[in-house]
Amino acid sequence: MLPYFFLPLLFLSFVAVFSSRSDMTQGPVTLSRVLRISLLLLLVLVAVSLMAVLIGSAKIGMLSALRELLFGWREGSTVLAPEERTIIFSIRIPRVIFAGIVGASLSLAGVVFQALLRNPLADPYILGVSGGAAVGAVIGILVGAGAVPFGISGLAFAVSILTIVLVFGVARTRGEMPSNTLLLAGVIVNSFFTAVIMFLISTSGLTELRSVMFWLMGDLSLAEGSEIMLTGLFLAAGFVVCFRYAKGLNLIVTGEETALQLGVDVEKTRKQLLVAASLVTAVAVSVSGTIGFVGLIIPHMMRMLLGSDHRLLLPASMLFGGAFLVAADTVARTVAAPSELPVGVITALCGAPYFIHLLRRKTL
Amino acid sequence: MTIVRLEKIGFKYEEDWTLRDISFDVPKGEFMGVLGPNGSGKTTLLKLIDGILRPREGGLWVEGRAISEMKRQDLARLVAVVPQDSQMTFPFTVQEIVLMGRVPHLSQWRFEGQKDFEIARGAMEMTGTWSLAARKMSTLSGGERQRVLIARALAQQPRVLLLDEPTAFLDIRHQIDFFDLIRRLNRDQALTVIAVSHDINLASLYCDRIILLKEGRIHCIGEPAAVITVSHIQDVYQTPVSVDLNPVTGRPTVTPLSSTATHLSHSLE
Repeated sequence: MLPYFFLPLLFLSFVAVFSSRSDMTQGPVTLSRVLRISLLLLLVLVAVSLMAVLIGSAKIGMLSALRELLFGWREGSTVLAPEERTIIFSIRIPRVIFAGIVGASLSLAGVVFQALLRNPLADPYILGVSGGAAVGAVIGILVGAGAVPFGISGLAFAVSILTIVLVFGVARTRGEMPSNTLLLAGVIVNSFFTAVIMFLISTSGLTELRSVMFWLMGDLSLAEGSEIMLTGLFLAAGFVVCFRYAKGLNLIVTGEETALQLGVDVEKTRKQLLVAASLVTAVAVSVSGTIGFVGLIIPHMMRMLLGSDHRLLLPASMLFGGAFLVAADTVARTVAAPSELPVGVITALCGAPYFIHLLRRKTL
Repeated sequence: MTIVRLEKIGFKYEEDWTLRDISFDVPKGEFMGVLGPNGSGKTTLLKLIDGILRPREGGLWVEGRAISEMKRQDLARLVAVVPQDSQMTFPFTVQEIVLMGRVPHLSQWRFEGQKDFEIARGAMEMTGTWSLAARKMSTLSGGERQRVLIARALAQQPRVLLLDEPTAFLDIRHQIDFFDLIRRLNRDQALTVIAVSHDINLASLYCDRIILLKEGRIHCIGEPAAVITVSHIQDVYQTPVSVDLNPVTGRPTVTPLSSTATHLSHSLE
């Protein structure tokens, strides 16, 4: 089976399921509807991940790989050679899990930023988190910090946290952080960091250039097991915080004053959500690079299908964003095998046309 | 029975007092109007009653409870606001918007239940918006949107309804429809209404009592016939007017007089 059919197939099956069940896409949000849709999307994620594990540049039969996955834990029923087992269990499975976590993190943060800033063009990178992480990572690559565990990702995370503190500090006037000031502070900081990166790149040698480029476009092959675990933990904690404030977020989207009038503690809600979304983004970017488009289009896609209620939007975007990045990464590592493409190329190549299609069909 | 009580309220954003020495009581079931020129502190007054702003001086009570000691959520169960208009960045449906009125009655993790759906439906039926339930807010006309915002306020099941120039963007028919609806709710359910308006004549038509604000202080307070007089209006608005009793409604009606306009009609002849 060709992996290229993989993405369109995923979308088509998903859209088909949703449009055939109007009770899924219409009516008010109830707990049971949230659970049903989350379960459906979880199945999509599991199915996509399973396929992603079976596909790769190494010539391992899909059927025998599947048999190994299902029954390989039994004594004596191994059908694969030891090196093939290593490829499946130590390379592909961690990578697929990692892609899922990063996709989910970016989508979750994208939903939150779009809502908090009340701006459909916002994405997880809009406040400069990615620019900071990129500067840290590029410095790390240039000084050879990759030799140390958590070298590059640690530096990236440290600089991105500094950036968050800087942006929030700049945007803070008289104890408040107005959305527009926040947005502008983020844009300025981002363009400053772009200049820094360009400077670093132009003074670096050719050998490092490729690693820098891969990092900047997003690379899911770099992560260590411990980094994957950490990203997953941050995602889980971030989701709990965001979901807790989902109802308040719905009201904030309709206007901060309205939210106050309806009894929401707007300052506290915004602060918690900003910090949670920024941290989730910072961790994901630090270990995977700046993968574009996921955090922008997945929230819009889900909003078009499911409406604007964040109690549904947050889990749905998270699960579908995870599935999307797993699929994109699978294409990235197989389409030009044995060499790999940066996954950011695939997300933009697939994401942009599909997004345009959605835009033409329905308004934001 | 007094439901809203203000005692010697003072408020300032920066150096100068926006409101000073404001004291009045609103009895339960009253339709109270707040009039005054731009910058006289009308909207600030509403924001104080709704607890969005905290007074620098004095005290504020709703149903005998001091606002300063209430949580936002508790206050939102007593006081609801119908704003001028609402901006929607993302598409919520009418039903979702109205259900948001139930949020003050739900704890953090709780979803709306059957009871909340019924209350929201009742609010939509009262305002004639039930047939719009599945529509997106962005597809509605201005008049329809205002009715949805009333429905949301009613779903809050408040004791006091605050209106902040709610008909500013509506034509006269929709203005009258709006205030007729509010008046009906006011009479049928003994819902206390405090409405800020720029439209003196609409206020005159619907309000039981009117507060006239001037430069952050109460200029006068009383029934429309006592408040809307040539001297009061000219004092506060600093523009020549005539006041007549409308023969149909029996309420005072203000007509602004413009020296340039009369001059102009002469020169045209």
